[in-house]
Amino acid sequence: MSAAATLQHHFTTAEQQADASKIGMWLFLVTEILLFGGLFVGFAIMQSLHREAFLEAHHHLDRVLGFVNTVVLLTSSYTMVMAVHSARTDRRKRVIVYLLLTLICAGVFLGIKYTEYSHKFHEGLLPGRFYSHKGDTVPGQFMFFSFYFMMTGLHGLHILGGMAAIAWVLRRAVRGDFSHGYYTPVDLVGLYWHLVDLIWIYLFPLLYLIK
Amino acid sequence: MSDNYLSSPRGIKSWLTTVDHKRIGVMYLASILFAFLLGGIFAILIRIELLKPGHNIMSADTYNRVFTLHGAIMIFLFIIPSIPAALGNFVLPLMLGAKDVAFPRLNLASYYIYVAGALLAIAAMVAGGVDTGWTFYTPYSTTTNGSVGLMTFAAFVLGFSSIFTGINFIATVHKLRAPGMGWFRMPLFVWGMYATAIIQVLATPVLGITLLLIIMERVFSVGIFNPQLGGDPILFQHFFWFYSHPAVYIMILPGMAIISEVIPCFSRKTIFGYKAIAYSSIAIAGVSFLVWGHHMFVSGQSPLANVIFSFLTFLVAIPSGVKVFNWIATMYKGSISLEAPMLYAISFLLLFAIGGLTGLFLGALATDVHLHDTYFVVAHFHFVMMGGTVMAFLAGLHFWWPKMFGRMYSEAWARVSAALIFVGFNVTFLTQFVLGSRGMPRRYYNYLDQFQPLHVFSTVGSWVLALGFLIMAGYLWASLRRPMDAPANPWGAVGLEWQTSSPPPEHNFEEVPLVTGGPYDYSTPEPDPAEVHA
Amino acid sequence: MDAHQTAAATYAKVLGTLLALTVITVLAAGLNFGSWNVVIALGIATIKASLVALFFMHLRHDKPMSAIIFVTGAAVLGVFLTICTIDSSERDEYRVRPARESISVQPAPSVPGRHP
Repeated sequence: MSAAATLQHHFTTAEQQADASKIGMWLFLVTEILLFGGLFVGFAIMQSLHREAFLEAHHHLDRVLGFVNTVVLLTSSYTMVMAVHSARTDRRKRVIVYLLLTLICAGVFLGIKYTEYSHKFHEGLLPGRFYSHKGDTVPGQFMFFSFYFMMTGLHGLHILGGMAAIAWVLRRAVRGDFSHGYYTPVDLVGLYWHLVDLIWIYLFPLLYLIK
Repeated sequence: MSDNYLSSPRGIKSWLTTVDHKRIGVMYLASILFAFLLGGIFAILIRIELLKPGHNIMSADTYNRVFTLHGAIMIFLFIIPSIPAALGNFVLPLMLGAKDVAFPRLNLASYYIYVAGALLAIAAMVAGGVDTGWTFYTPYSTTTNGSVGLMTFAAFVLGFSSIFTGINFIATVHKLRAPGMGWFRMPLFVWGMYATAIIQVLATPVLGITLLLIIMERVFSVGIFNPQLGGDPILFQHFFWFYSHPAVYIMILPGMAIISEVIPCFSRKTIFGYKAIAYSSIAIAGVSFLVWGHHMFVSGQSPLANVIFSFLTFLVAIPSGVKVFNWIATMYKGSISLEAPMLYAISFLLLFAIGGLTGLFLGALATDVHLHDTYFVVAHFHFVMMGGTVMAFLAGLHFWWPKMFGRMYSEAWARVSAALIFVGFNVTFLTQFVLGSRGMPRRYYNYLDQFQPLHVFSTVGSWVLALGFLIMAGYLWASLRRPMDAPANPWGAVGLEWQTSSPPPEHNFEEVPLVTGGPYDYSTPEPDPAEVHA
Repeated sequence: MDAHQTAAATYAKVLGTLLALTVITVLAAGLNFGSWNVVIALGIATIKASLVALFFMHLRHDKPMSAIIFVTGAAVLGVFLTICTIDSSERDEYRVRPARESISVQPAPSVPGRHP
């Protein structure tokens, strides 16, 4: 698809359009940072009020699975940026391959999360009023799981949304829509995907590692 | 008569699928005016109930629902989208010499999200309503019955509409200015909308997560705001006001932006202190994020935070003061004409000054202890939101009415309406400063007998106010039924939007404008009567 | 095409660094640095985040506006976090801690006012 065919009527040059799109996407990413940020602030303050409970509770999380998920998501960021790079260098087949790899990584991430959630459900390690785990020595651990599920849940929803966006870009890549003159959708979906990765980069130590 | 954006393309489907910023602006305008009517009806009901202490026309529970809905509708469905989405969408691209906003489809999405949020809010009303106040304080909001979940979800959806408008405007201002229009040749309206958009993007998501947390508390008892579970209700107030304070600047900055356009035009004089006004818009946006705790002085917030927030609150008043002085200086030795836009602009100067100054009384810790949660606060925010933003909105509505619809309105009736609104407003709300400082609490259904005379006076004021608005609805509707004979530039104003026909063609300009001078060159004395007709 | 190969190689190096830092942060969590635990964990996370932002998200090579937007958002979040934390910790001495089974129990100060 030629750059001219993708230029919308209110823009004069393709560069102007691409710049505007990039500004728009970064502004949207900032809204996501502040949305998740609220949960991080809540977590930080509740953790400072209930240190022992949070410390006890987080031992129920599987660090190995968390580590694997981090590796998977970081790798998916790499495959995503390679997809953008391939689009920018007119390598259509590689775009498709890298986008598919990104989707697979995302699927693996969700699969591991499903495993983790199943384990939590089984143990009664549920948020708020649904917490039913027995034999706690330190009370109040439900609060940790409130945040665990809210934060990983919201993050998981964003992974799903990202997968839908990647699938859409994949379809367009198969159609041959992208070239060095026009690859903005790949670029923007890539930015969104990296943000989802950024959020996990902070979620992982906060939930799984910090004492 | 040649085709314009209203007449072409034809058909309802072309409107429902439009990506034309002008049509989207008109759809928003109709919607927010309807919301204003709904919120206004609730206001009239409140004031009728308060004619006497105790039961008058509704139960106490109903009263709580009515003032909650009045607040929620006026804030989320009317005032926040009003100037940016209705007037801003229409005028901003024209002022920049652009063909549209940066993301036209996002613009349409923003409108449909607004409609979805509005329908959810109406559903919440029908499903029993909410009695928490528009501020949804915990633990009441997380434990009470009623459609809190539905209402908060409606507000959550509406937040996206606001965010998308903000994203669109920022990108538009950065990338779609006409050739020759550097940042300091932009009209000040654009600076004001840009500053507003920054707040919309940065603050609204925090409201989003706050509303989601209310829902999480109600459904899961997550515990974050519940003291019985080890949570912190004051933390809720931090979360809520972190958005809701900057939100009031989302409300006032666009109003100020309009004043900066109207006053130079109707003083036939260039704006005084262009850069000061431009920079103060950005300063207001920035400092607005640092003062939210002044809503929480008596909530149990720490004394340290109280002092920090009080100090910063005094700072945020300074850029607003700079603007007021500059507008007055603009009028000095100008050639003033008192058409409706200018009547509203002058009303703004007086009423916003009162509103802003009374904010300082509230920002001082020692006085706030006595005034918090009294009618003094109610009067303060009505002075800034209605005496400020709504007056400015009306100034802008009348200023750009001929541009948007190709017809003039009846200036005689407009002056009657403006007078009734000004008088009605002051009778209603000046009275409430007195009520509040004498101890009348806000949101109270019942009150001591000694407050009744003032309540009656205030209620009569609300009827005068309502009459003014009804007359306005009448003459604006009548104007729409007249032939489209407005000139391109009925006010002799300077600005790119006046260099195209009234109403503009679908693509805005016949030729891309080239900007060679500053935005407020009023050196030519008279409006040109031989303007191009639509 | 050399610039592009360099770009691809850079992305691979960044991934390697990110994976290495992830291993480091897990190992560090197994050791105890006292109150430095949080600082180290979040510090490593910030380095990783910076690498993703600068290289994968192209902030290093894009026009400055993108970075300005990103930093502004992070700064606003920082203000929110800082002031909420300060206020919460300043209010510690006024907290009542009811002894209920469902919440964590902490000793109440013997005299209201100064925290022991």
